[in-house]
Amino acid sequence: MDRLPRWADVALVPLISLLLAAIISALVLLSIGQSPVEAFDVMVDGALGSAYGWGYTLYYTTSFIFTGLSVTFAFHASMFNIGGEGQAQLGGLGVALVALALPWPHWTLALAAATLGAALFGAAWAAIPAYLQARRGSHIVITTIMFNYIAAAFLVYLLVDVLRPAGQMDPASARFPEGAHLPALNDIPGLNLIFTKPVPANVTLFIALAMAVVVWAILWQTRLGYQIRAFGKSEPAARYAGINPTFIIMVAMLMSGALAGMMSVNNVMGEAERLLQNSSEGAGFIGIAVALMGRNHPFGVVLAALLFGFLYQGGAELGLWTSIPIEMRIVVQGLVILFTGALDMMVRMLLARIFALFRSRQPGVA
Amino acid sequence: MDYATLLQILDTTLRLATPLLFACLAGLFSERSGIFDIGLEGKMLAAAMASGAVAFLTGSAWLGMLAGIGASLVFAAIHGLASITFRGNQLISGVALNFLASGITVLVAQALFGQGGRTPPLSGAARFNPITLPFADTLQGVPVLGPLYREVISGHALPVYLALAMVPLSWWVLNRTRFGLRLRAVGENPAAVDTAGVSVVGLRYAALAITGILCGLAGAYMATALQAGFGREMTAGRGYIALAALIFAKWRPVAALWACLLFGFFQALALRPDVVQAVVQVKVPVPFLDALPYILTVVVLAGFIGKAIPPRAGGEPYVKER
Amino acid sequence: MADGTLAIELKGISKAFGPVQANRDINFAVPRGTIHGIIGENGAGKSTLMSILYGFYKADAGQIFIGGKPTAIPDSQSAIRAGIGMVFQHFKLVQNFTVLENVILGAEEGQLLNRSLAKARKVLEGLSRDYDLDVDPDALIEDLSVGHQQRVEILKALYRQADILILDEPTGVLTPAEADHLFRILEGLKDQGKTIILITHKLREIMEATDNVSVMRRGTMVATVKTAGTSPEELAELMVGRKVLLEVEKKPATPGAVVLKVEDLRVSDEHKVERLKGVSFEIRAGEILGIAGVAGNGQSELLAALGGMMRATGKVTLNGAELPLAGKGSDGQSRRRAGIAHVPEDRHHYGLILDFTAWENVAFGYFNEPEYQKNALFMDNAALREDTRRKMEKYDVRPPIPGLAAKSFSGGNQQKIVVAREMEQNPDLLLVGQPTRGVDIGAIEFIHNQIVALRDAGKAVLLVSVELDEILSLSDRIAVMFDGRLMGFRDPEKTDERELGMMMAGMAGQGEAA
Repeated sequence: MDRLPRWADVALVPLISLLLAAIISALVLLSIGQSPVEAFDVMVDGALGSAYGWGYTLYYTTSFIFTGLSVTFAFHASMFNIGGEGQAQLGGLGVALVALALPWPHWTLALAAATLGAALFGAAWAAIPAYLQARRGSHIVITTIMFNYIAAAFLVYLLVDVLRPAGQMDPASARFPEGAHLPALNDIPGLNLIFTKPVPANVTLFIALAMAVVVWAILWQTRLGYQIRAFGKSEPAARYAGINPTFIIMVAMLMSGALAGMMSVNNVMGEAERLLQNSSEGAGFIGIAVALMGRNHPFGVVLAALLFGFLYQGGAELGLWTSIPIEMRIVVQGLVILFTGALDMMVRMLLARIFALFRSRQPGVA
Repeated sequence: MDYATLLQILDTTLRLATPLLFACLAGLFSERSGIFDIGLEGKMLAAAMASGAVAFLTGSAWLGMLAGIGASLVFAAIHGLASITFRGNQLISGVALNFLASGITVLVAQALFGQGGRTPPLSGAARFNPITLPFADTLQGVPVLGPLYREVISGHALPVYLALAMVPLSWWVLNRTRFGLRLRAVGENPAAVDTAGVSVVGLRYAALAITGILCGLAGAYMATALQAGFGREMTAGRGYIALAALIFAKWRPVAALWACLLFGFFQALALRPDVVQAVVQVKVPVPFLDALPYILTVVVLAGFIGKAIPPRAGGEPYVKER
Repeated sequence: MADGTLAIELKGISKAFGPVQANRDINFAVPRGTIHGIIGENGAGKSTLMSILYGFYKADAGQIFIGGKPTAIPDSQSAIRAGIGMVFQHFKLVQNFTVLENVILGAEEGQLLNRSLAKARKVLEGLSRDYDLDVDPDALIEDLSVGHQQRVEILKALYRQADILILDEPTGVLTPAEADHLFRILEGLKDQGKTIILITHKLREIMEATDNVSVMRRGTMVATVKTAGTSPEELAELMVGRKVLLEVEKKPATPGAVVLKVEDLRVSDEHKVERLKGVSFEIRAGEILGIAGVAGNGQSELLAALGGMMRATGKVTLNGAELPLAGKGSDGQSRRRAGIAHVPEDRHHYGLILDFTAWENVAFGYFNEPEYQKNALFMDNAALREDTRRKMEKYDVRPPIPGLAAKSFSGGNQQKIVVAREMEQNPDLLLVGQPTRGVDIGAIEFIHNQIVALRDAGKAVLLVSVELDEILSLSDRIAVMFDGRLMGFRDPEKTDERELGMMMAGMAGQGEAA
């Protein structure tokens, strides 16, 4: 097979994958008697057509940056962390416990403490699968899946029997105190000129962007990141170089869990302002698609998160204004994972054929 | 706990173990051929929806079952395309197909019936109804065994017995036939099969086809026998429990039966927290009982109960060496 | 019996992998009932040619004639039908199957196994009687020795009624005694009228076992001659295209103080099988100790234990300080800090991260070095690139581009990157395993000279190699390893390949002073 130019590998392969996913999605819509063009219009209009729509798109983007970075970080250590969902829910628990612990004097303090709490709880939930993988060879994919289910059950128990205030019917925690209220984009001077209506996107967006930079720096500029990437490429070689596998697996998974947990600052603290059942709403899983689409690079993850933010807000608009079920976005998500993660070889072969065709038409270049 | 309650729980165990058993054997064929399949869940779900829908539309549980198998086979074929033909990541392909199934089942069910992603309730011939085995009533008087036969063994829908029959059949195919020999070989060392002039790709697709059929049966059973129709996410993680049972059983058919019965038993207990409380004398939260199969699976995976050695070529796409 | 007709004839076979022309216009004929050798360096195209003959690859051009008839071989099935059997260098056996199951795989009779197994059992009995191919049909492959596993491969081919048997580097993993047995089997097969193609890079085997020999060089067939009418020197010259000096020029050693002292070193693998069964030796400053032996007799475990990749028991002292052999301080990082550098046996598996760039690989194992750090937090990637550029020039790595991925370099240049990295850290002790495996002639000379230069700089070197020539020409002292033990020490000036070969087979060798 011919090699692809680097720019094609980095940019064209994900774009073609996305295009294929879009084509199949359109076919799915046609087959259930809906118009793909109309659906796309509704999505673009609802997600990108107004500052209000952007406020929602960026809100989802924030969550997806965190979970995408989470999957990416573990991926570089060759760990496929499917447990982002459970880790995010535990992160939500961390946020709730911190927010409810004190009558916070100012949101900045609450934000710092809640971020820490979310990261700690998310990391803790990743710790057991990480340890079992490192020390007992239990496959991380299966254990993290199991931990998602265990987390869900654990939170149901906590919300029903422990955290629910007396007299409240629905399984949820108490409301967070006023001091734990995070400024939304419409509360921020300057940005409030753009976002005139209340939107859910909030200051957590900036933490997410900062984390993308932090993840990039750790992976490509530090000894730790060097060791993580070396271990991820070849475990026997890492042993030869004296890299401690247990340490790397633990660090990579704890960091991955922490990033997944931190997304809960966005939705639990920034939006719901109390802990609800299934607070992460599948964002942990979307992290897989975001990481694959973003080619496991923080910069790519941010772009892919924006794309999925659009998809999610657009999907919600579909559910509101058309008869297309909101689950359409799960279909697209599955297709993106399929094409970017499992069928990338097909896309590459396709592109290599096309490139070869061009080359043969230009004598002297071949 | 009295004997009647025990029998009731065992009866539920058998019913709940059936989809696990189908899916577990499905995974067994795939993994013994060297293809990881964490998409059992998605195939079951797709099959449940297809069989529920077709059974409702035609009024025939049998046609529903065929449709379920067909839907599951389509997913198996995509998995094969990704992991065999294009040598992609088998885990990612499985995850993708699970999402695809999760979304598309609701979409199709909603488009067909407009009932919020469910199929309408099934009844009569659109379901597999309980079968009373011969002499169930006659032997009822026999102490201990009589009620056991009548309450637990007899009175299940046809797929339950089919699943049980699949256990010795799978064992026989795997160990006594040419196909089984080649299948086991391709999961251990595909190069050996390739140099012997047998198609690695063909064998692995055949294995995935069997996986597809068995997952189809699992899903069809869920929608047309265990319950009366399809509901969104109705498989609720059973595909993953089946996968865990497969590891627990060390990829062997007979052990798979016991593993699935055990996990079915846990699920049955989760439905009867009152009984659990009466036995252990402590109030056990229902979510804990729900989580019990998953917790135990983790314990199994941690290797505290024997070391499980997977097929050697598992998860690795086959590439000819120079 | 040789009757003058041709078993195989190839006409104009060409095959390219991308830009690499593996086979170029190959013409080649093998008379029926003969043993035909094909000799050539690593990468000369021997295995590619045989893979084409066995239907593993499709030739870009050319024709194949089997028994005088033009025959298309699009897949292995067709090759088997045409009467071709192949014994690969890496056996294609299912480890947890029995011998019988392996033999019938792909050649079963009908859908059920019972009949096939019964028939195979009978046929195997006959074959093992006729050809001295004795193997327990019910043994699991994983319990068999390498020599017996190879017999199973031959039995597989014969069971499929192969007339033409191709063996690819069959003696690489065998002891000399096992190799002799193999050649007796091949003689027997020839006497029954079978045609045998023997691919090897060992001149001795060609001279001893074959009737005719073809020499390949860089994808072309340069000559086919009668073995009786040629000499090893002539074949060697044809192989490399110029006179080669296997002798490495070096001054006599001037050993100094003891650098490494190993006492009763024992290593067990993950299945708790003891691989190293109590090994003791010393290496002095300015001395190269060569460990000879057939692959798999504990040499890899010796390197792994000393390099901090496997835990061990016993006592190891470096410059008088005892090294921990398990737990804290026994990892590769600690070993490097202690002054041990390690050129591993398998550079693709251990020595390099193929997806990493050259400069990232130069930091491999040495990522904690102060010179590569910008500050407490960050690495100094720019300094690392510059350092890499310098090393690439000094070791003549081509192309000298630090940003190129390791997988894009040729085998020889990859090995030079590893050697440069390890030697330039100025170690007290260099562990070096199979330094020239898969490396072209020019790079071999260069690497050999570097090892000698390091010795002359007063460093201790532990050299492990399965190439006797390499051991004989580089070592100041030779130890032979067999079955996890050292069979004895020899002075390279006072021993020869025959004596070492006997020791490698575990048959001779008394412990001279360690």
